[in-house]
Amino acid sequence: MANLIQVNLVAADREIWSGEASMVIAKTSEGEIGLLAGHEPMLAILIPGSIRVTMADGEKVVAETEAGGFLSMEHDTLTLVVRDAHLVS
Amino acid sequence: MGSQLRVYRQKIRSAKTTKKITRAMELISASRIQKAQQRVTASNPYTRAVNKAVSAVATYSDVDHPLTRKIENPTRAAIVIFTADRGLAGAFSSSVLKEADQLTKRLNDQGQEVLYYLVGRKAVANFKFRQRASQREWTGGTDVPTLETAREIAAEITELFIKTTEDGGVDRIYLVGNQFVSMMVQEPNTTRLLPLEVVEQEAEADEVHPLYEFEPEVDKVLDALLPVYIENRVYNKMLQSAAAEHAARQKAMKSATDNAEKLILNYTRLANQARQAEITQQISEIVGGADALSTVSED
Repeated sequence: MANLIQVNLVAADREIWSGEASMVIAKTSEGEIGLLAGHEPMLAILIPGSIRVTMADGEKVVAETEAGGFLSMEHDTLTLVVRDAHLVS
Repeated sequence: MGSQLRVYRQKIRSAKTTKKITRAMELISASRIQKAQQRVTASNPYTRAVNKAVSAVATYSDVDHPLTRKIENPTRAAIVIFTADRGLAGAFSSSVLKEADQLTKRLNDQGQEVLYYLVGRKAVANFKFRQRASQREWTGGTDVPTLETAREIAAEITELFIKTTEDGGVDRIYLVGNQFVSMMVQEPNTTRLLPLEVVEQEAEADEVHPLYEFEPEVDKVLDALLPVYIENRVYNKMLQSAAAEHAARQKAMKSATDNAEKLILNYTRLANQARQAEITQQISEIVGGADALSTVSED
């Protein structure tokens, strides 16, 4: 599978989740954004809301953040940096 | 003679009790170092991500942000001092305070006024004793620093920095705290927090930052990023200081235990000598007494 993105979800005091995913949906200050492999490099501000990660087999991971943070995407590596977050499912 | 022996035995007992306490503290610290180091390691991915993002933004924008703007003739500086809440950790707190004093002297020589922000009861006690003023104090929980405290400190000093000098703001902010070098070595060090020096990470020198798309504009991203960065730097400093505190305490308590052992050994020897001297004296008294009696009966 070539079109997967490496996802790292980190909070200030620990790493919350990391793995490979086919799509990630997050809420930025401009609106919701869906990220797939091959997306152009970007830096965006995350606002409080949920972060939904869809893995290659269709399974989903949802994390909730109350403080927001930012995300950076480059070379099919997505880093979601939030002050606090917890996995919902 | 009997009284001498009693005094030695008392001293041995006292040294043994001390040894028990210091040994316990040593073991507690040893186990907490592990946890403190794990916390440092756990915060590393976040630190790395934040640093990378800040340097990426800095590369693609001419950074002119209130938080990075350098004031030409600084007149006032703030120093945040990170010490421990408790003593019994060797020179842990005093070396940091000494470092802060040196920094103060250097800044004063440059004609800057210095404001203090204190973290840890030991710094507060020291300032009270020397009757020096501080702006704000944070005590409790230096051995297990929380994000909330870091956030509070970061918010306070960022606000202070943004204020103009005329309004009582400062031009420079320094953090002084212990750095965990190894289990045996903890060094006090000083870092300038503000204005920020956006440093490229040396490890990824060959990796070129891709042309990022910013959402929203670069300035807004920087607005949101820099406070996060500052908060992270403060939190990191606190975690480092906590790890160093436990290591310093373990080291101090280990040498205290060793000293107590040496004392016990010496006093045991002295006590044995005193006991033996007492016995010898008693024997010679009996022999002398018997001798005297036999001479009397012979006559």
